[in-house]
Amino acid sequence: MNWLDTILQGVLLGGLYALFAAGLSLVFGIMRLVNLAHGDLIVVAAFLILVLVTGLGLNPFLAALVALPVMFAAGWALQYFILNRTLGEDILPPLLVTFGLSIVIQNALLEGFSADSRRVPAGSLETMSLPLGPVTVGVMPLLTFLSAVAVIIVLNQIFYRTALGRAFRATSDDMVTAGLMGVEPKRIFAAATGIAMVVVTIAALYLGTRANFDPTIGPARLIYAFEAVIIGGLGSLWGTLLGGIIIGVAQTVGAAINPEWQILAGHVAFLVVLLVRPRGLFPRAID
Amino acid sequence: MMALLETHGLTAFYGDFQALFGVDVSLHEGETVAIIGANGAGKSTLMRSISGVIANARDAIRFEGDAIGDLPAAKVVARGIAMVPEGRKLFASLSVEENLLMGRYGRKVDGPWSLGSVYELFPILEERRDQPSTSLSGGQQQMVAIGRALMSNPRVLLCDEISLGLAPVVIRDIYAAFPRIKDSGASIIIVEQDIGQAMKVADRVYCMMEGRVTLEGRAGDLGRDAIHAAYFGAVS
Repeated sequence: MNWLDTILQGVLLGGLYALFAAGLSLVFGIMRLVNLAHGDLIVVAAFLILVLVTGLGLNPFLAALVALPVMFAAGWALQYFILNRTLGEDILPPLLVTFGLSIVIQNALLEGFSADSRRVPAGSLETMSLPLGPVTVGVMPLLTFLSAVAVIIVLNQIFYRTALGRAFRATSDDMVTAGLMGVEPKRIFAAATGIAMVVVTIAALYLGTRANFDPTIGPARLIYAFEAVIIGGLGSLWGTLLGGIIIGVAQTVGAAINPEWQILAGHVAFLVVLLVRPRGLFPRAID
Repeated sequence: MMALLETHGLTAFYGDFQALFGVDVSLHEGETVAIIGANGAGKSTLMRSISGVIANARDAIRFEGDAIGDLPAAKVVARGIAMVPEGRKLFASLSVEENLLMGRYGRKVDGPWSLGSVYELFPILEERRDQPSTSLSGGQQQMVAIGRALMSNPRVLLCDEISLGLAPVVIRDIYAAFPRIKDSGASIIIVEQDIGQAMKVADRVYCMMEGRVTLEGRAGDLGRDAIHAAYFGAVS
């Protein structure tokens, strides 16, 4: 068994989990909203890309580019018209509403697309690989990982270098005082969810081209995303990437030892991190 | 002359608790008005009402002749009323400079105030510009809160209890900035418990007790006994 190869594949898989998680992390960091429909929204974006690829004959990457603004608008509207109404002192309403949304999305997708497993065809890219010294990496896993790094760099730039990012952080700190600065929290939240949906679409591109998906796989993706966010520490995007990598490596190493252990090993790694560092690896100083 | 900002019969509630009972105050262009009173007199509630943190009846507050009582805070600051909130309320995860820049978020108008002129007013902030706002002393944090409000180039600056919890020498430093803020064209309302400080900087004074205005007059005309009576409700 080639350990180097196993670990490298795990790291690259971690990129996919970080993409699942980055949007969740962003939304939770800004408005303390746990979106239980996050995984299902990834599946929605995957179906949207699938429709654009099969219906219009677009290249999957071009299709994702078309889907980005659509998903941004959908996320903006979802937050502005529905989820904003659930935010408040009580943490239960957003959980209930997004849980319901998750069920609605799954059933709507079942009605529209049936329960068949689908895959977004990516042509020869699917099987292409690059020799890297002693190991060989697939082009799609490598692209996934590089996209995850790029997404986190861009999100960090938005967060720490722009007026919108300042408003995100200020609103997260103190909504009332942010209002005194001219910030309208409802619009800030809508923009945050819109951006999260852009990340979701990028995640969906790789989800859909690398593996089969069907309308009901969302919640399983949500668990990986949650674990990545918690391992990394709430509010830290680089921590989320590291969390994704830890789960990815644990899964590939577990699978290399015994294929039955793949999924379990990821969850065990999560529990171990929780035991040792209950607040995650890079918790925010201020909470 | 029409007042720049005025409240008329302003009432305010926290749930069932009534905090203001028909408050009438006015502020004219270029004027500095002090609102004094003991804890619980309703001074901060008045500030929060004007700035839109608490919603009121539309006609209860007028600014430049427009009824603004029911506008949310973001719309009020866009019109040119900025507040230095009680307790400073800096954004803990933002640096000093980022806090100042937040002041410009909702109202980007040209005027005398910018990062440069705020740093000129409070030079210590330029030295500390990249530090977390929480690492500053109380007085420096108050300077950030004032500078942040000035960044919107407000027509009216509301200062809520800016001397609270600060040493007298620090309070003097902060009030030393007020003549320049006044010269920049802002009209000012300060809320103070420190009567001496309030009388020094203000043109006119309102004294509040239990949600009502109990005394009003020019700062120089009010005797200590009258203020004492209005402040504590004592019969002199």
